[in-house]
Amino acid sequence: MRKTIIVIASLLFPVLGWSAGGEAMFPNDDISVDWDDKESMQRGAALFTNYCLSCHSAAYSRYNRVGKDLGISDEDMSNNLIFTTDKYGDKTKVGSLMTTTMTIEYAEAAFGTAPPDLSLVARSRGTHWLYNYLRGFYLDDTRPLGVNNGVFPAVGMPHVLVGLEGLKKAKKEMKDDGHGGQHEVIVGFEQVSKGSMSTAEYDQAVKDLVSFLDYLAEPYKQKRQSVGTGVLIFLFFFLILTYMLKKEYWKDIH
Amino acid sequence: MSKPNNLMGWIDARFPLTKMWEEHLSKYYAPKNFNFWYFFGSLALLVLVLQIVTGIFLTMHYKPDGATAFASVEYIMRDVDWGWLIRYMHSTGASAFFIIVYLHMFRGLMYGSYQKPRELIWLFGMFIFLALMAEAFMGYLLPWGQMSYWGAQVIISLFSAIPVIGDDITLWIRGDFVISDATLNRFFALHVIAVPLILVMLVVMHILALHEVGSNNPDGVEIKKKKDENGIPLDGIPFHPYYSVKDIVGVVGFLILFSVVIFFMPEMNGYFLEHANFEPANPFKTPAHIAPVWYFTPFYAILRAVPDKLMGVIGMFAAIIVLFLLPWFDRGKVHSIRYRSTAFKVLLTTFVISFIALGYLGAIPATETRTWFARLFTFAYFGYFIGLWFISKNENTKPVPERVTS
Repeated sequence: MRKTIIVIASLLFPVLGWSAGGEAMFPNDDISVDWDDKESMQRGAALFTNYCLSCHSAAYSRYNRVGKDLGISDEDMSNNLIFTTDKYGDKTKVGSLMTTTMTIEYAEAAFGTAPPDLSLVARSRGTHWLYNYLRGFYLDDTRPLGVNNGVFPAVGMPHVLVGLEGLKKAKKEMKDDGHGGQHEVIVGFEQVSKGSMSTAEYDQAVKDLVSFLDYLAEPYKQKRQSVGTGVLIFLFFFLILTYMLKKEYWKDIH
Repeated sequence: MSKPNNLMGWIDARFPLTKMWEEHLSKYYAPKNFNFWYFFGSLALLVLVLQIVTGIFLTMHYKPDGATAFASVEYIMRDVDWGWLIRYMHSTGASAFFIIVYLHMFRGLMYGSYQKPRELIWLFGMFIFLALMAEAFMGYLLPWGQMSYWGAQVIISLFSAIPVIGDDITLWIRGDFVISDATLNRFFALHVIAVPLILVMLVVMHILALHEVGSNNPDGVEIKKKKDENGIPLDGIPFHPYYSVKDIVGVVGFLILFSVVIFFMPEMNGYFLEHANFEPANPFKTPAHIAPVWYFTPFYAILRAVPDKLMGVIGMFAAIIVLFLLPWFDRGKVHSIRYRSTAFKVLLTTFVISFIALGYLGAIPATETRTWFARLFTFAYFGYFIGLWFISKNENTKPVPERVTS
């Protein structure tokens, strides 16, 4: 029922482009997030707290809310997924917001710009963009951090997941740009050094992470849909009732 | 006149409660031939109430402060019980309001509801539309996302096109040299109290004026011309209970569509909540593509279609002002499209197509070809009013029936 409504509803309206849509990106693979796969989201949560949360915050979200929604106990959350300290130097409490200890001044000095908060990144960028961005890093000597990105050119972020993915080289070709000129586009990647994961494993890890980010952007999404199903069923019955009432009243109007 | 000796009598001796009930509901005689298009008046009232009620609850948790506004909206969405529902009702309600009002206005165009003697109803309605646009525009700044910020920046800077005093006016509106905390604060004040008060008063006047002259109908004939021995229009039926029970069916039908959006696609693929608005406002980072929310895009397309900035602004405002003057552009005596000429039908169809096309063009980035199309549709938009003035003088109409047809 829930899925049927979503499919019908989305067929009726064409998608308005994401903010970053339209430009050429490589890679450009599709991803579909399975909201019922909580294990994937749990793995994503582990990747997120281990790799992302040191620089990026998720400051609109709370650890224990994530735990409750994904089936992680407060104890497990505190022992395995919280690595930060609060302002007194104590370990961050499980009911706290998922902030980072890195100051904006330090972040700007280190990366040129403060890493954005990631609570809503799946809603501003979209899961398609995120999935390809995290798989789009390649070696580029001209960049200060030695890597560039096929989805977000000249990005300020280092390839944080390099230990998992390893390093890749980009294969580039000249293509017509449609205005009489030519420009260089990435057509493929070539593995240069291996990480701890195979390509398939890495793709799955990124999918886990993106699934978690999608959850993080709208943690109440499944509740919203299940409440909605109930509301719609009620309204359909109510519609029949009100229509019968109208008919009864109107039967002597000619 | 003696009043019955009970609670109602006690009240009626002091306040015209029964009189008002009868005048506006149980003895307000509406034509019996209302069709689908007549649902949208009561639906607009419903959405107005929904927006006010959800708005009150949002105000309890929202913070009109440049530093905390964005976070407070996410706090409502995540930490406030059912906050996401209230917020989605409010954000979807804004778009629903415009869909309903546009359909309500289209009904007026089709059946000549703005024609004599209903010019004032139309004018009050147009002021409601204007207040609604101001309300929606200021409300969109409050989430303090990137599109809130840059959309407001673009629209307010339009006023700088006014010669001599333009820059001072924009400064006065913003209260700062850019959109800032000061702008957010005053927009909040205007959004939650000033404009809603004006809106509610205008709605009251709109309905009072309607009940004074009586409702038009799909045949465009005056039901008050044929009355029975008691002075009740032969084709009239009491609004309550007949239209109150009928409108409830419309309300439930609307709530079904409304719920599909709220619960299953609250962003409406970026039309109702734009993707860029999930990033906090950043004065140093301009988004690649700034577009107003869909309900403003027809007017935005007209603005962009005109090469000169001042002329574009004038064109955009003129597109709204001509609507005010519609009762005087139309010199026809026949109200309903059912009995009007083919020329009228062609004009109205062209108008609707150009309005939708402008709305589409205003939502997507402009290219040279698209701008030329926008110009074409801008001409068609204004052409409706000029064409109507010419054709309505000696229009080749069909005979209008004496009584309403069912």
